[in-house]
Amino acid sequence: MAALRDFWRRYRRNKGAVVGLVVLASILLVAAFGPVIYPGNPWDMAGAPFQSPFGAENPLGTDTLGRDVATGIVHGARVSLLIGFVATLAAVGVGICVGAVAGYFGGRVDDLIMRLTEFFQTIPSFVFAVVLVAIFTPGIGSIVTAIAVVSWPAVARLVRGEFLTLRTREFVQASVVLGRSARHIIFVEILPNAISPIIVSASLMVATAILVESSLSFLGLGDPNMMSWGYMIGASRSVVRLAWWTSFFPGLAIVLTVLALNLVGEGLSDALNPRLSREGR
Amino acid sequence: MERLEFIAQRTLKGIVVLLGIVVLNFLLIRLAPGDPAAVMAGEAGASDELFLQQLRQQFGLDRPLLEQLWAYVANILSFDFGFSYRQQRPVVDLLAERLPPTLLLTGTAFVLSLAAGVTLGVMAARRAGRWSDSAITVVALFFYATPLFWVGLMGVLLFSVTLGWLPAFGMGSVGVKLGGVERVIDVGRHLVLPALTLTLFHMAVYARMTRASMLEVRDQDFVRTARAKGVGEGEILRRHVLRNAILPVVTIAGMKAGYLLGGSIVVETVFAWPGIGRLAYEAVLQRDYNVLLGVFLVTSALVIAVNLATDVIYSLVDPRIELGA
Repeated sequence: MAALRDFWRRYRRNKGAVVGLVVLASILLVAAFGPVIYPGNPWDMAGAPFQSPFGAENPLGTDTLGRDVATGIVHGARVSLLIGFVATLAAVGVGICVGAVAGYFGGRVDDLIMRLTEFFQTIPSFVFAVVLVAIFTPGIGSIVTAIAVVSWPAVARLVRGEFLTLRTREFVQASVVLGRSARHIIFVEILPNAISPIIVSASLMVATAILVESSLSFLGLGDPNMMSWGYMIGASRSVVRLAWWTSFFPGLAIVLTVLALNLVGEGLSDALNPRLSREGR
Repeated sequence: MERLEFIAQRTLKGIVVLLGIVVLNFLLIRLAPGDPAAVMAGEAGASDELFLQQLRQQFGLDRPLLEQLWAYVANILSFDFGFSYRQQRPVVDLLAERLPPTLLLTGTAFVLSLAAGVTLGVMAARRAGRWSDSAITVVALFFYATPLFWVGLMGVLLFSVTLGWLPAFGMGSVGVKLGGVERVIDVGRHLVLPALTLTLFHMAVYARMTRASMLEVRDQDFVRTARAKGVGEGEILRRHVLRNAILPVVTIAGMKAGYLLGGSIVVETVFAWPGIGRLAYEAVLQRDYNVLLGVFLVTSALVIAVNLATDVIYSLVDPRIELGA
């Protein structure tokens, strides 16, 4: 409890991070309960096409096909957050395993794994994601996989670095002497000590994943069965001159979500690594 | 001699990575659901049995996997990236035609974002903790969180539709024949919005990095020594802090070349800019996988080239770099 209170005290010092947390919590609430307030199917016609926003029926207006923009945004929140979190979870999982093995065993294994990681970091990641989703047909699964495939190398490098320094510590050597298995040492002894930077980079990664997902959907590579913010903008970009609201509001939703996640990530970084917290803020 | 060896080593590494990407391309075609010949032909060509036969023949798709891989690599190495059934042209021709506009766009954005980002970062670091620092940080945070396509569309709304200052799409005015200077100005006017769209996001990245790097270098011993010697603040900033702080930013900028190229898919789509990004989008729409994989290969090759150039320039500029590493 004391540790948690201490954490919160440090987190709270970063005003932006507190704002980010409030915004993120609101978006999560919208994603969870929004469909109750807007029970309609986001794909259905909810009024005449091109209704201006701020009307009584359609508060954020309707698009080319008369679909309600507000309903779309509320339902899209689920898709964006779901893909952002699941893809990050997958990337972090793979990154931890790969990085831990490289950092713990070192030597040839490390060389080989790092070459592979470098290879994946050289490939232009968004182009690769587009290729993957296009070839394996767009859908939640292929999008999550593509984002995870282009995101794990950064985690792997981070984890490897942590493991390289931690494995020389006395408590690790003690476990080795006690005859613990490598798996035990990696996951029970070392990993908990390396978790702070992983949490920080994971929170920033969710933000990036949401941006990538929205760009993919914008290009028509979203899941065809799920309303998403990027799809809404992509579908109405040709009428942006006639109906600015069809692109403006979904875009605002993306910016707010990503901004909130970035702010929370910085707050976590300040709170979890007090020594590294930047001055002048 | 040591330097030549270093350059040769890096070049070799780049070639190996490029070969790896060719193999990856091959694997993607094999792993894709369905008949690999149909994947190569794209959706439009898949109904043409004669074309499929020809592809099977050329890429040896009825032979063992290793032979297929060999045939594929050999074709790519002889600059045969296949044929776009949809566009009825070799993929290489399409790529060669679309590459220059993308280089113009991404090159402009690279220079602008680096210049603006470093300037803003230095300004923020100099006034760390004051309101102008906060203002720059907020602007950087905003653009860092903004999807490129949205910035582009809002830019079109503001500068083309509402104000009527700039053209919203294409790389040149349609239906007018312009020569010399006028043509350059025309292309330049069309370049402004897409280049700025691509710039703002990366500017935010470099501004944040420069600020952090400046603050880190500022507290180091050699800066304190310079100050103790009585060197003026302006000179400390220019000669001691900035010079050291900017190196990691430039390295990262070189490494991020791939992000600019990835971003160009989205930006060229928004602005109908006739580059390889737009080509990739068209290929996605038409399920023209040969073209898509061609774009992937070319952008990867560009990233490798930029990384190599950064390494080489670095070894010339920074005497501290370890050539053996």
